[in-house]
Amino acid sequence: MLIIENLHARVEGKEILKGLSLTVKPGEVHAIMGPNGAGKSTLGNVLSGREGYEVTAGSVSFNGVDLLAMEPEARAAAGVFLAFQYPVEIPGVNNTYFLRTALNAQRKARGEKELDSMAFLKLVREKLKDMQISDELLHRAVNEGFSGGEKKRNEIFQMAVLEPKLAVLDETDSGLDIDALKQVAAGVNAQRSPERAVLMITHYQRLLDYIQPDFVHVLADGRIVESGDKTLALKLEAQGYAWLREEPAGASA
Amino acid sequence: MSSEHTETTAPVENAEVIEALGRRYAAGFVTDIETDYLPPGLNEDIVRALSARKQEPEWMTEWRLKAYRHWLTMPTPDWAKLNVPAVDYQAISYYAAPKQAPKSLDEVDPKLLETYEKLGVPLHERAKLAGVAVDAVFDSVSVGTTFRKELAAAGVIFCSISEAIREHPELVQQYLGSVVPVGDNYFAALNSAVFSDGSFVFVPRGVRCPMELSTYFRINAMNTGQFERTLIICEDDAHVSYLEGCTAPQRDENQLHAAVVELVALERATIKYSTVQNWYPGDENGVGGIYNFVTKRGDCRGHDSKISWTQVETGSAITWKYPSCVLRGDRSVGEFYSVALTHHFQQADTGTKMIHLGRDTKSKIVSKGISAGRSSNSYRGLVKVEKGAENARNYTQCDSLLIGKQCGAHTFPYMEVKNPTAIVEHEATTSKISDDQLFYCRARGIGEEDAVSMIVDGFCKQVFRELPMEFAVEAKKLLEVSLEGAVG
Repeated sequence: MLIIENLHARVEGKEILKGLSLTVKPGEVHAIMGPNGAGKSTLGNVLSGREGYEVTAGSVSFNGVDLLAMEPEARAAAGVFLAFQYPVEIPGVNNTYFLRTALNAQRKARGEKELDSMAFLKLVREKLKDMQISDELLHRAVNEGFSGGEKKRNEIFQMAVLEPKLAVLDETDSGLDIDALKQVAAGVNAQRSPERAVLMITHYQRLLDYIQPDFVHVLADGRIVESGDKTLALKLEAQGYAWLREEPAGASA
Repeated sequence: MSSEHTETTAPVENAEVIEALGRRYAAGFVTDIETDYLPPGLNEDIVRALSARKQEPEWMTEWRLKAYRHWLTMPTPDWAKLNVPAVDYQAISYYAAPKQAPKSLDEVDPKLLETYEKLGVPLHERAKLAGVAVDAVFDSVSVGTTFRKELAAAGVIFCSISEAIREHPELVQQYLGSVVPVGDNYFAALNSAVFSDGSFVFVPRGVRCPMELSTYFRINAMNTGQFERTLIICEDDAHVSYLEGCTAPQRDENQLHAAVVELVALERATIKYSTVQNWYPGDENGVGGIYNFVTKRGDCRGHDSKISWTQVETGSAITWKYPSCVLRGDRSVGEFYSVALTHHFQQADTGTKMIHLGRDTKSKIVSKGISAGRSSNSYRGLVKVEKGAENARNYTQCDSLLIGKQCGAHTFPYMEVKNPTAIVEHEATTSKISDDQLFYCRARGIGEEDAVSMIVDGFCKQVFRELPMEFAVEAKKLLEVSLEGAVG
C-alpha cells in the first residue's frame, strides 16, 4: 500500500529525513518511535503534503501512484489521513459542516456521489455511537475551545467518518491523561480493519499498550535504524534512546 | 448656426423644461431630447433643471437649492483613512435618463453573466440586473402590480421617492431631512441638492408590513442613478424589514455614488434595514470602480423603538459609510451588524455611530472586516452617551481577518460618555487565515479556495445570522466570488 524509498526531506534548508525507507501493507499497524528531532513529525507532514517540506530525493508510492506529486487535498481523497499533533481551531465553522464538506469534497474527487445532509447525519450518528462521543461535539465549531483530549478525540472521530485507507497518527497520545488516552486508543482500535493501515508516530511506548502494533520502527537522525515487533518498544521504554547512538546506524548508513 | 436658432428649434416636448429654466437656459447648456440628460457640471441652474425634469413642486426645488448653497461652503472631508482621488464635480452629469440598455443578454459582458451564474441569480433576474430592457416577457409588470395591491391593502406606501414627492408631499415634507439635515456632511449636502431617485416607505400606525420590501421588486428602482435618496417611516407599533442592494457589479467606472438613507421609527416601531452592496470594485489593478460615499442614519424617535442595520459590503473601489442610530426614545435599541470585505486595491472606511440620548437605551455593534490583496479596511465607530442617557449600554465587537501579507486592517473606536451610569464595552480581535488552518482543511480533502471561503464564512457567521435567509445565502456566495484568487 505504502512504499517509502530512500526519502530525503528538508525543512528550512535543513535536512531532516536522510534516506528513510518503509513499507506498509493493508491491515498493518506500524509504530514509528524515536527521540525528539529524529524526524518523526516531518515524516507525517511530508506524507500529507504540507508546504515547507521539501523532498530532495527518494519516492513515496501509495497504491501504485506517486504520492509526492499530489496536492494535499488529492492525497486526502486518495485515502491518506493525518491526525494532527496540534489540531487547528477554525472559529465559527461548525464541526458537522466541516466534516460534511470534507467528506463530500473527497467523494467528489473520487467520482462518488455526494451525501445529502440526511445521509450524512445518519453516518455521523453511527460513528458517534461507535466511538461513544456525545453529539454535542457536532454543534461546536471545529476544535474551538476544545480541551487537548477533545481535540484528539475529534481527530479520531474525523478519521472514523472519512474512512481513510492509511491513517497517520502524529503524536496522538501527547498531552492526554490516561482516561483520554484509553478513549482515543479504543477509537483507533475500533477502526482497525484488513483494508486499513495505521502509521503511529509516537515518542512514548505507553500508547502501544493500548494500540498493539504489528511492527515497531525506530527513527533516529532521519532514517529507520531499527525495526522489530512490539518487544522493540519495550526495550526502548526500558533503555531509552541513548543506546541507539552507540550502535552504528545500520544497513542504510 | 446661432445659439438663438438652436433654442427656437427645441422640440415642443421640451417646452416645460425651457419654461422652468427661464432666462437661464440660454446661458447654461444644450438639451438633447433623444438621450435626455443634463450636460456635465453643477450649478444652481442644473439643480433647478433637474428639479424641473422631475416635475417637482416649488418647495422641493428650494430645498435642493438650499442644500446646494450649503454644499458650496463645505470642504471635502479627509478625516477617513482613505486615499480619495479628487472628484471633479463639474465633470459629472447630474441627470441622466436610463443609460442605453443592451437589447438582449447576448450584448452583455460575458464576465458579468458569469458572475450572475455563480451567484445563482435566476435568469430573468440576470436580465434585469444587467440593465437589459425588460418587457412584458418576464411579466415584471404584473408581479409589481400584485405586490402593490397587497401592500396597499395593508396601508403601506412603497414607491419611488419622486412619486412620493408628488403623491404624498405632506409626508415627505415632514420627514425628509429630519434625520440627515441638508448640511449634515459634504456628501449628504450634495445628495440633497441633486438626488435622482430612491425609495419611499411609509408604514402606518400598528401595521406590520406583510412582506420584506426590497429594491428588487420596485421596478422603477432599476435605473436609479448615482445619488439615491431613501426615506423609511414607521409610525407607532409599525414594523418593516427592508432589503437594499444589488448583488451584481455595475459596469460604471470610477463613478461617484453618494446616497442618503433616513429611517424614522416612532413609538415601539421596528425597522430592519439590510444591505448587500456589490458595486463594481475596480479591477485587480485598482482601475475603475465606484466611490461609495453614503450617509445612512436611523432615528429611534419613539420610546421602545428599534433600528437594526445589517450590511455586507464587498463592492466599490472606495467605501465611506457609517450607518448610525440616534437613540432618542427611552429604552430604544440600535444595532449594527457589518461584514466589509476588501480585495485588490479596494479601500473601505466603514462603521457606525450610536448616539444614546434616551434612558435605558441599548446598542450593539458587531463588525467583521476582511482584507485581502493590497486592500485597506478600517472600522470607525462612535459610541456617544449623552448626559440624560441613564443606564445606557453598548457592546461593541470588532474583528478583523487578514488574508495575505499586503493588506491592512485598522480599528478606530471612539467613545464619548457623559453619563456615569453608562456601560460601554469594546472587544477587538485581529486574526489571519493561517497556513495551519488552510493546511488542516486541505489535509481533510477541502481545496484551498473552498477552505478560505469556509473560514471566512465562519468568521462572518454572527452577521449572516442577522440577514434574511435568502440574502444570507447570496451574501455567502458573494464573499466566495469576491475572494477568488485571494490565496495562492
